Amino acid sequence: MASGIKDKVAIIGMGCSRFGERWDVGTEALLAEAFDEAMEDAGIERSQIDAAWTGSCFDRINVGNSAIPAATALRLDGIPVSRMENMCATGTEALRGAAYAVASGAVDIALAIGSEKLKDTGYGGLPVQTKGTFNDLWLPMGSAPAGFAQLATGYRSRHNIPKEDLKRAIGHVSWKSHQNGVLSPKAHLRKAVPIETILNAPMIAEPLGLFDCCGVSDGAAAAIVTTPEIARALGKHDLVTIKAIQLSVSSGLESTTDQWDGSYVRNTRNAASKAYKEAGITNPREQLGLIEVHDCFSITELVTMEDLFLSEEGRAVNDVLDGLYDRDGAVPCQVDGGLKCFGHPIGASGLRMAYEIYNQLLGRAGERQLSNVSIGLTHNLGGVPYLGVAAVSVLGLQ
Amino acid sequence: MTFGIVAWGAYVPRNRLDRGVIAATHAWLAPSLKGQAKGRRAFCNWDEDVVTMGVEAARNCLDARDRSVVRSIQLASTTTPTADLQSSAIVAVALRLGRNVRTFDFGGSQRAGIAGLSAALRASGGPALILASERLRAKPASPQEMQYGAGAAAFLLGTENVAAEVLGSSSITTLLVDHFRAAGVAHDYFWEERWIRDEGYLKIGVEAIRTALDEAGVAAADVASFIFPAPSRGVGAAVAKAAGIPAEAVADGLESDVGFTGTAHGPLMLTGVLDRAEPGQVIVVTGFGQGCDVVVLRATGAIASGRPGEPLAVLVAEGQTTQSYAQMAAFYGEIDPDQGMRAERDTKTALTEQYRSSDQVNGFVAGKCSSCGQVQFPQLAYCVSCQAPASALEPQCLAEEPASVLTYTADALTFHPSPPMYMGFVQFDAGARLLMEFVDVDPDGFDVGTRLRMRFRIKERDMTRGYYRYFWKAAPVA
Repeated sequence: MASGIKDKVAIIGMGCSRFGERWDVGTEALLAEAFDEAMEDAGIERSQIDAAWTGSCFDRINVGNSAIPAATALRLDGIPVSRMENMCATGTEALRGAAYAVASGAVDIALAIGSEKLKDTGYGGLPVQTKGTFNDLWLPMGSAPAGFAQLATGYRSRHNIPKEDLKRAIGHVSWKSHQNGVLSPKAHLRKAVPIETILNAPMIAEPLGLFDCCGVSDGAAAAIVTTPEIARALGKHDLVTIKAIQLSVSSGLESTTDQWDGSYVRNTRNAASKAYKEAGITNPREQLGLIEVHDCFSITELVTMEDLFLSEEGRAVNDVLDGLYDRDGAVPCQVDGGLKCFGHPIGASGLRMAYEIYNQLLGRAGERQLSNVSIGLTHNLGGVPYLGVAAVSVLGLQ
Repeated sequence: MTFGIVAWGAYVPRNRLDRGVIAATHAWLAPSLKGQAKGRRAFCNWDEDVVTMGVEAARNCLDARDRSVVRSIQLASTTTPTADLQSSAIVAVALRLGRNVRTFDFGGSQRAGIAGLSAALRASGGPALILASERLRAKPASPQEMQYGAGAAAFLLGTENVAAEVLGSSSITTLLVDHFRAAGVAHDYFWEERWIRDEGYLKIGVEAIRTALDEAGVAAADVASFIFPAPSRGVGAAVAKAAGIPAEAVADGLESDVGFTGTAHGPLMLTGVLDRAEPGQVIVVTGFGQGCDVVVLRATGAIASGRPGEPLAVLVAEGQTTQSYAQMAAFYGEIDPDQGMRAERDTKTALTEQYRSSDQVNGFVAGKCSSCGQVQFPQLAYCVSCQAPASALEPQCLAEEPASVLTYTADALTFHPSPPMYMGFVQFDAGARLLMEFVDVDPDGFDVGTRLRMRFRIKERDMTRGYYRYFWKAAPVA
């Protein structure tokens, strides 16, 4: 059994651009916004970065493919820079690459940075893309909400939940995130929305209406990691360390066989189990001070509460409606607004989640600051619930 | 040994438009269309064409019969989607008729449907699948827009269990051009209806019928069913009267719920007649255009054995009415509505990949693992359940396998020529599962557990290069 990376890597600096419809800047400037903040936070020089992982999902509307354009944008000269792409888990993957390099001893200081410029397409929603020459021949060309709507049908039929009850619960998920987004200065959507508006919004992919879908945003986020020893040598006192980063990717079982009932996300359960083990978490509902999960769609967040073993199977509807995951609930979820309201520039999202946990752990979250937070979790879900990638990380004070 | 029709089957698209809606749309321009505003016409969905309708008619005809006996397949149409790419080959691969089946397309005239059937019956070759399929376009506000429909028919010919045998036939060839369509042009150009009737149907048609009945040794009065396909109403009755055929023998021209289907119309009407034929009954079927072809058939004692999975009357009754003229006009390319930037997605087909996977994609062939039993689509390099190598996967076609809805949604965001796109997981009883598009969905009553059957449809239309690719979609069982 591998020993894992728990407490082998410390985050010494983080940055996050303002998210939203950033008509004012291109990807290069978004990267710089996050990078500058992280560098200032870390208090290091560019020359101290030994290696970098840059993440983005859609190469055609960002800086372009490979790591070269991002390295050029940030003037990272002559060091190893790798481009990471693993759909919505891209940001966490970049952090994982940088953390593993530090944990292995291959480098002292590494940069992880993710970005996405989604608003250079000319239309709303995510860019349309190919699924590969073979898959394009047979897979339906559905939108992202259509993929996640399958989870809503599967969950509803597995637990015999009336359509209206599920709709009300997922409506509460979005309502809560809109409340939280108001307190996030860098968030895309900073407006509270009445529950009636959410429930009666136009349908995008039934049962998901407009407010069940997250913001489509531009943005970038970055982390600088090193060993706890170097961090202390650099003068850092309160250390945020990585307790675990785990991933799980589909092999086709859910989408090709009857070994999945449509009501949960197998990858999240796999990644969470492994991450809890790596981090030493035995009772997540008690131990996690806050969580930032992949609420690309409201139904995703609701089901994720069960997949992270926070709610009992079939009980998330009740827990959500009871406010368990609200800002003042037992397990505050998306206190920065989440993908729903902070926004979802795909390649940046995993690092944006880490940014919120990091700031909460260090007591720097301003109006959003929660009390007594010592450990937090991030969760990304890339692809679709039945054919995708889940990434779970646990961050905490050392 | 008698060579004749062993089995038959039809296909009619589910979409119907009230002719009153068409007439009302054009009332400002062509008020006279109101005179034709009775009943409904069938029209193809965006993903239905000559190929897909041909496949469905053939499946209905072949039903549970042994397909391996089929030696050749011919497809008659004037509206195949490609000028140079055999539609019958796409049909043959979808039907999994085997690599050695002989395929050919022909058209050139709406006469081709019955001319092809007549020629095949006379040639007495090996077991053959004879198809006629048509998706005619009509200029908005033209009489043809009111008259035309869409559909396909299929006949299995052979010597075993012959259900209908040939008693006689005739052909006349003249240069009476009732209508024509120039190469590369979308619409037909028609001459005056009264001239076509008086000089064409009533003279050339009647002469050809008399010749064929003489050859068959059948008196006109003894004809039980008479088929004379024509775009306008009443033609069959007029020709029957002139030829001395009893009025009650005149077959339903399908005007009320389908419309005229060109090359496929005589064959389509014939399937409806055969569905109800009794042993010994004489059937006269004709095809008109630059002359006339006539075939005189007699139902044998085995007539009931040739019946299809679904009779024509059921297909006609299954029609789903839309009130949107614009939808039909858009599906047929008569209008080009803005569909947003998402429609700009490039759908170029990798022809190399299509060839490598044609058995899977066109034939809908899944793999059954001989090691663990899992049926899986797609077939990749290893079994999804036990990781056995691909060599362990035995072919298992899913096209005729029963299935039901596991999950679904109506996707209003993605580009789709007929939004919303219904898609979700299809769970086959045999164990296979895959994400598919749903078609012919009536939102009321469609839910988890709804039983499904497979339909061969257009998957993507590459408008830049003019190439259509095909795959299977799932439709609720009516």
